[in-house]
Amino acid sequence: MRFMVMVKATKDSEAGVLPSEAMLSAMGKYNEELVKAGIMLAGEGLQPSSKGARVRFSGDKRTVVDGPFSETKELVAGFWLWQCRSKEEAIEWVKRCPNPMPGESEIEIRQVFEAEDFGEEFTPELRERERLLGEQIAANAKR
Amino acid sequence: MADRLPATAGNVQRTIDAVWRMESAKLIAALTRMVRDVGVAEDLAQDALVAALERWPETGVPDNPGAWLMAAAKRRAIDQFRQHALHDRKHQELVPEFEAKQEAIVPELDEALDDHVGDDLLRLVFIACHPILAREARVALTLRLLGGLTTDEIARAFLASEPTVAQRIVRAKRTLSEARVPFEVPRGTELEARLSSVLEVIYLIFNEGYAATAGDDWLRPALCEDALRLGRILAGLVPDESEVHGLVALMEIQASRLRARTAPSGEPILLLDQDRGRWDRLLIRRGLAALVRAEQLAGSRGGTLGTYTLQASIAACHARARTPGETDWSRIAALYDALSQVMPSPIVELNRAVAVAMAFGPSAGLEIVDDLVGEASLKNYHLLPTVRGDLLAKLGRHAEASDEFQRAAGLTRNAREKTMLLERAAEAARKS
Repeated sequence: MRFMVMVKATKDSEAGVLPSEAMLSAMGKYNEELVKAGIMLAGEGLQPSSKGARVRFSGDKRTVVDGPFSETKELVAGFWLWQCRSKEEAIEWVKRCPNPMPGESEIEIRQVFEAEDFGEEFTPELRERERLLGEQIAANAKR
Repeated sequence: MADRLPATAGNVQRTIDAVWRMESAKLIAALTRMVRDVGVAEDLAQDALVAALERWPETGVPDNPGAWLMAAAKRRAIDQFRQHALHDRKHQELVPEFEAKQEAIVPELDEALDDHVGDDLLRLVFIACHPILAREARVALTLRLLGGLTTDEIARAFLASEPTVAQRIVRAKRTLSEARVPFEVPRGTELEARLSSVLEVIYLIFNEGYAATAGDDWLRPALCEDALRLGRILAGLVPDESEVHGLVALMEIQASRLRARTAPSGEPILLLDQDRGRWDRLLIRRGLAALVRAEQLAGSRGGTLGTYTLQASIAACHARARTPGETDWSRIAALYDALSQVMPSPIVELNRAVAVAMAFGPSAGLEIVDDLVGEASLKNYHLLPTVRGDLLAKLGRHAEASDEFQRAAGLTRNAREKTMLLERAAEAARKS
């Protein structure tokens, strides 16, 4: 199963204060551990919300709102995508993360929906199509 | 100090499971280095797990659970060696070494673990996949020692009974112990052969998961993730080996199609019929990156691509094509050609025939297939007459095509496939 692991923003990160060299090196080491353990699929740091925007939907109307956004603690400053065997494993890994911000900070763990979680709705019945038998074997080799 | 989970029994149990899966391989590897016997090391690690199961529900999970488990295992080792010391000289010699170590355990443990962790893990990989062991034993031992799976989980994943798997593991450990298999990373020419055994085991695990169907115990499809993870770990341990990246690339790209390859009814959907929008782009990107690495490493060593890298390259051709029509069949044909050089096999040849037919027309493909007709190993393989029939039909040789489809229908064990082949036979007969 996959987890989105989100580092929440702080006043500093929203102000565009860049992480210290010590932080970068600690985080680099941690990321290396994640890669070595084979769990890290992706990960990125995000620019402050002042460089972002939101699009609000109301019925079929769309309104664009430029950043920055005020609810700092609810904003995301960076994320990873991990492949773990359980939520508990993701928690254990997060506990080993260096504090990503000076002072107080928070990391949120959310499980990613897998196709199965959507059930039948997500996969409308597919009619068996006329198929080229020759292609079957080519496909089989790749299975 | 890290916040602890509320100490409900279920939570702690699940946390211990998670910690075990994260730490057990490192723990067993470090202990094997010390006691020089992987079976003894695993028993010690299991004892430490039992101790954790007793203590942690009361005390909470410690901040450094890996170090806690290691210290508990070492204490247990020293106790055992003391008990055996009177009877066994070999053990007696080890006691002082252990006591000296134990004094330094707590403060230095982290560093000690960090220093050796990669080497020890790699040694453990090579022991678990040692060619002295039967293939099923290697698979079971790898999942157990490196994947941190329980015997029960391995049994469920492989549709085997728990006692069978348990016995397989016990025997494997005994074999390793009796043969005094050294705890080391093979060097020189031996490395290549031993590494190919490791890659084979990982790919077997992956394929077992890939063969799982919708209604199966979730542990079966989870084998794909376990194998991918082992592959990625191995790529970190031996980053200069081209084929390791080739295997990772192959698995990432194949895994990218996991959710596109079965219909809700459980019927498999063939590659060219799959909804490519449901392919996992992240895994494809990772697979293509691993493939580039594999090709670069092979290039720097004379340029011959290995079997996994070649198969990954073929898989990559499909992954890069946004629609089936964009598939680069001539490149696929060339890759099968290269694959049959390094891994000569009639099955590879048959695949090459299909790719050649797609790229250069049915008669070019038929030429290759015709050469395979006398092949003894394909005598009962229904896809040979299926492919031949298909190519003959495309060339307008309907009577011959009908015969081939009839033959194929008699060979397949799949009822739906049989029906379809008989329909094609009848259709070809009508046109002839």
